[in-house]
Amino acid sequence: MSAPTGIVKTSIARKFVMAFTGFFLIVFLLTHLSINLLTLSSDPEAFNEASHFMATNPLIQVMQYVLAAGFLIHIIMGIKLTKQNSDARPVKYVKNNAAANSGFASRSMIVTGLLVLVFIVLHLKDYFWVLKFGDMTPYSSDYDLVVGLFSSPLYTVIYVAAFVLLGIHLSHGFQSAFQSLGANHPQYTPFVKGFGTWYSILVPAGFALVAVWHFVQSL
Amino acid sequence: MNLTLQIWRQNGPNDAGRMVEYKVSDISEHMSFLEMMDVLNEELVAKGDDPVAFDHDCREGICGMCSMFINGEAHGPDRGVTTCQLHMRMFNDGDTIYIEPFRAKAFPVIKDLIVDRSSFDRIQHAGGYVSVNTSGNTQDANSLPVPKADADKAFDAATCIGCGACVATCKNSSAMLFVGAKVSQYALLPQGKVEAVERVKNMVHQMDLEGFGNCTNTGACEIECPKGISLSNIARMNREFFVSALAGE
Repeated sequence: MSAPTGIVKTSIARKFVMAFTGFFLIVFLLTHLSINLLTLSSDPEAFNEASHFMATNPLIQVMQYVLAAGFLIHIIMGIKLTKQNSDARPVKYVKNNAAANSGFASRSMIVTGLLVLVFIVLHLKDYFWVLKFGDMTPYSSDYDLVVGLFSSPLYTVIYVAAFVLLGIHLSHGFQSAFQSLGANHPQYTPFVKGFGTWYSILVPAGFALVAVWHFVQSL
Repeated sequence: MNLTLQIWRQNGPNDAGRMVEYKVSDISEHMSFLEMMDVLNEELVAKGDDPVAFDHDCREGICGMCSMFINGEAHGPDRGVTTCQLHMRMFNDGDTIYIEPFRAKAFPVIKDLIVDRSSFDRIQHAGGYVSVNTSGNTQDANSLPVPKADADKAFDAATCIGCGACVATCKNSSAMLFVGAKVSQYALLPQGKVEAVERVKNMVHQMDLEGFGNCTNTGACEIECPKGISLSNIARMNREFFVSALAGE
């Protein structure tokens, strides 16, 4: 057990990795949202300049890879843990009243997580890939591309639904990350839980607002 | 009360097992759940059938033996009780009650509702103790001052009876509430600090070896624990583990 690899493979270290990458992604969401909110400005240049900054700033370029690693570790570890946890009970209960002792969000992290992943793949294809490597000639600016997609009702519905799922995922994930890192305190934990609930409502609502706003504008 | 029981019957560790339906009648609402099981078994024995095997010992909520998963919950629908403390008044006349063994890879079924929980013993052997020489020269208890708050928390953790309800109820079959309680009861006291670094590492290592799942903080264990062991014990174990990982050689 003294070798570092022994520690890394323990169940508690895995919890730590999920919590740490989760925190990182939670902070990333705020950065992303603050740039999205710029599209609500009457001047499209506000968003275009922010978009240009994100595409050219050297620190952001490095952080892109850190972010990608954070996503991958969180996703791969999550899938691996779910498999291990399922294997820990080979014969399932005939009757299991799980709702009596735990919340829906905490029991469906893998489902909400994987559905959000599907959305992320779609999102990367439609935005990130086009902005970074694709052909931008049909679009007059970054703003034009981003706002243009929300003229589709289907895309707007998928976008909003993804953020409802992310909100459910965060409602458990936020406070769970604190517990995994050992931060449980009779005075602070109720605050953390309350803050986590508001965060998981307001941040996804912010993303959804941007989508619905542009959809309504396009009508 | 007249009840329909759906009970898991399994002849031995290698038998596939199945749910079998039984009817019991004239059950008093004042009976404990185990007394109801006794009534059923007496009827089965009178008929020459094999009685339902289930674990029980003290029947006063302290031994932690009675390990039944009743209507989808460890120790049934009541809170803060073991199966022997569960009264039939929690059910209604005409109810169908599902009774299954605690299920986890680390708790293999021995027969019917009896499971082998010796994995908990092996976790305890890995570090759930203090190496104190007890041969004479016992020092005065007051010579080691312990803050009241720490003593209370250590005592709360030590009320864990090792019944396994946390594992049975956890969707991941994680043993972290049990191990968290056992780590905490020593971590908070001066006698336990001597071996703290090795204890948490060894107990967590053994827990993983036994095939328990990983904690995802659903909190189900805390709700179903007959002794009300708090999730804060898992957080303390996590903290102890990080310190141990950094301090260990």
